[in-house]
Amino acid sequence: MKKVVSAPYLIWMAIFVIVPLLMVAYFAFFKDGHFTLDYVANVSQYSNIFIRSIWLAAIATAICLVIAYPVAMILSEMDTKYQGTILMIVMLPMWMNFLLRTYAWMTILGNNGILNQFFGFFGLGPFKMLNTQGAVVLGMVYNYIPFMLLPIYNVIAKIDKSVLEAAQDLGCNRAQVILKTILPLSMPGIMSGITMVFVPAISTFIISRMLGGGGNLLIGDLIEMQFLGNSYNPNLGAAISLVLMVIVLLIMTLMNQFDADDDRPLI
Amino acid sequence: MKKRLWFIPTFVLSLTLLAGCAGSSSVNTAGGDEEDEALTLTIEDPDYYSTLKGRNITINVYNWGEYISDGSDGMLDVNEEFTKLTGIKVNYTTYATNEELYAKLKGGGSSYDVIIPSDYMISRMINENMLEPLDFKNIPNMKNIMENFKNPEYDPDQRYSVPYTWGTVGIIYDNTVVDEEEIGWDILWNEDYADRILMFDNPRDAFAIAENMLGYSLNTEDPEELEKAAAKLTEQKKVVQAYVMDEIFDKMGAGEAIIAPYYAGDARTLLDEYDNLSFVIPASGTNLFFDAMCVPKGAKNKRAAEMYINFMCEADIAYSTTEYIGYSTPNQAAFDLLDEEEQTDEVAYPDDEFLAEKTEVFRNLSNEANQKMQDLWTDMKSAEEQTPNRVIVPVFMLLCIILSVTVIIRRHIKAKKDIF
Repeated sequence: MKKVVSAPYLIWMAIFVIVPLLMVAYFAFFKDGHFTLDYVANVSQYSNIFIRSIWLAAIATAICLVIAYPVAMILSEMDTKYQGTILMIVMLPMWMNFLLRTYAWMTILGNNGILNQFFGFFGLGPFKMLNTQGAVVLGMVYNYIPFMLLPIYNVIAKIDKSVLEAAQDLGCNRAQVILKTILPLSMPGIMSGITMVFVPAISTFIISRMLGGGGNLLIGDLIEMQFLGNSYNPNLGAAISLVLMVIVLLIMTLMNQFDADDDRPLI
Repeated sequence: MKKRLWFIPTFVLSLTLLAGCAGSSSVNTAGGDEEDEALTLTIEDPDYYSTLKGRNITINVYNWGEYISDGSDGMLDVNEEFTKLTGIKVNYTTYATNEELYAKLKGGGSSYDVIIPSDYMISRMINENMLEPLDFKNIPNMKNIMENFKNPEYDPDQRYSVPYTWGTVGIIYDNTVVDEEEIGWDILWNEDYADRILMFDNPRDAFAIAENMLGYSLNTEDPEELEKAAAKLTEQKKVVQAYVMDEIFDKMGAGEAIIAPYYAGDARTLLDEYDNLSFVIPASGTNLFFDAMCVPKGAKNKRAAEMYINFMCEADIAYSTTEYIGYSTPNQAAFDLLDEEEQTDEVAYPDDEFLAEKTEVFRNLSNEANQKMQDLWTDMKSAEEQTPNRVIVPVFMLLCIILSVTVIIRRHIKAKKDIF
């Protein structure tokens, strides 16, 4: 029975996930039907772009976690009748188009933008905020923070309150309750939050283009350039994508080790 | 060429502006008189257009974004008029770059009947046998095309394409800030305007500017010349605020930047809206570009496609196209319909002598040259600004090590726990 129900999804997965992955691998390793390591080897010249992407995505993920975790905790302790409303407010920006939201930041951060006009009242600035790496990180945090908040909130909200009371009975103070019970119990949420923020952040290209001014190339830009740039290199593009996937896989496997108590692996 | 895709941002901007001055809201009710004038359509040979009626044909047209008169602002809706006249339905989709069009056709799985690539892309597609030769018996309106735009370099025998629009690249600038007497390409390198200069985010266009300054051909394939041009562009990086394409429109309009290279057609639209902006075509020369209508190999409705191309060359249609999108028309009949003011507009129609001597049309480059250009461009773009951030690599390695160590320790602890 189970098999029958899951069949449509499995077929979907096979056609739209496995087959494209195999095609990416094929493009990356085969030139006119012959095996070659050229394309993958060529990727090395872009190592600085890889490092920059990983670095910016890691910073954005860390900031998301630091902001989202306390919010999720406070939210879960609130009266249930308000929780839904607040959660909706968090989700609200996501109802808007992704491009539009990012574009709005351009008008906020620009030299004549709202923020600089505000600083102008006090005789400060104008500060260069747009077209910097900081702006790229901000864009990532802003766009992906709901993906961090929601899984953490879901996990924390489901923690049995009696567990926390038991911890208090056994002499834990407030900080110890958080550190020794809530934090370990919410690990699965943190892990899926990190995955859901880090993976799109590392491969984004539109954020770096719009907020980074085009001078801060990320892997996403590089891949896009192989297909829509001056010369059409689907093979190199596939090789870069493949290397990116391997890096993500490695990082996720490492992360997964923290979550070993849970028997559902994340990837 | 690159057309702006995002009208939304202008909307966001105006929204913030409106919020800023809530009291004085001036709603722009665009000219009511123009409507009546534009809506009369005369067709030269209506009989020709009825030959495919009643066959329930749909053609797929793939064009640049915002590159056709679509019925807004009281102009003609070209596609709708075509359907009314011929009974052929038009499935109209858009792309943002020549390369996107190329990738789409090359990737297969798509079927278009009419496409409108630019010059160098047309010659590339001709070389790669991706275009269908046109049957000019079905395109009698070819006679409307000006003589000097026939048999262009990208299609020497005029077999594959019918010119749609043309234009040049120049510099758009804020005349309240920039006070140089003569403006040439070197103003894009001027440190006095550092961080208020925009640059094309497209290697071909950006290299063309550097190549013109260095006195090279815009179609050079010499690796050494390409490297020198790239060095020139790297030198420029410190004064460039951002590398953009479509965003030039909004950024120049909003005063975010004061100097940018731009296509004449889009610049005219921008100049109409803002008095503080001026446009100049550098005397040292520039790129002349064409967009022309073609039929790709494998088109399912070639005859209907040719009918569509012919329709686009009707005087009234070509006139509303050029009026709406701002790019110059190669169509003599449409040109005659323009006001004298527009006909003599130096931005849209520079004199023939300048066009002949100082402008160059892009040709398709060899794969090697394209690849070289792209590599140099990537290097230029990924080069760190002033102070390279040297901390990144060590910190990253440290993080990796910490992570691995924690994982190992945790495993040990867990293994111990499991014993008990």
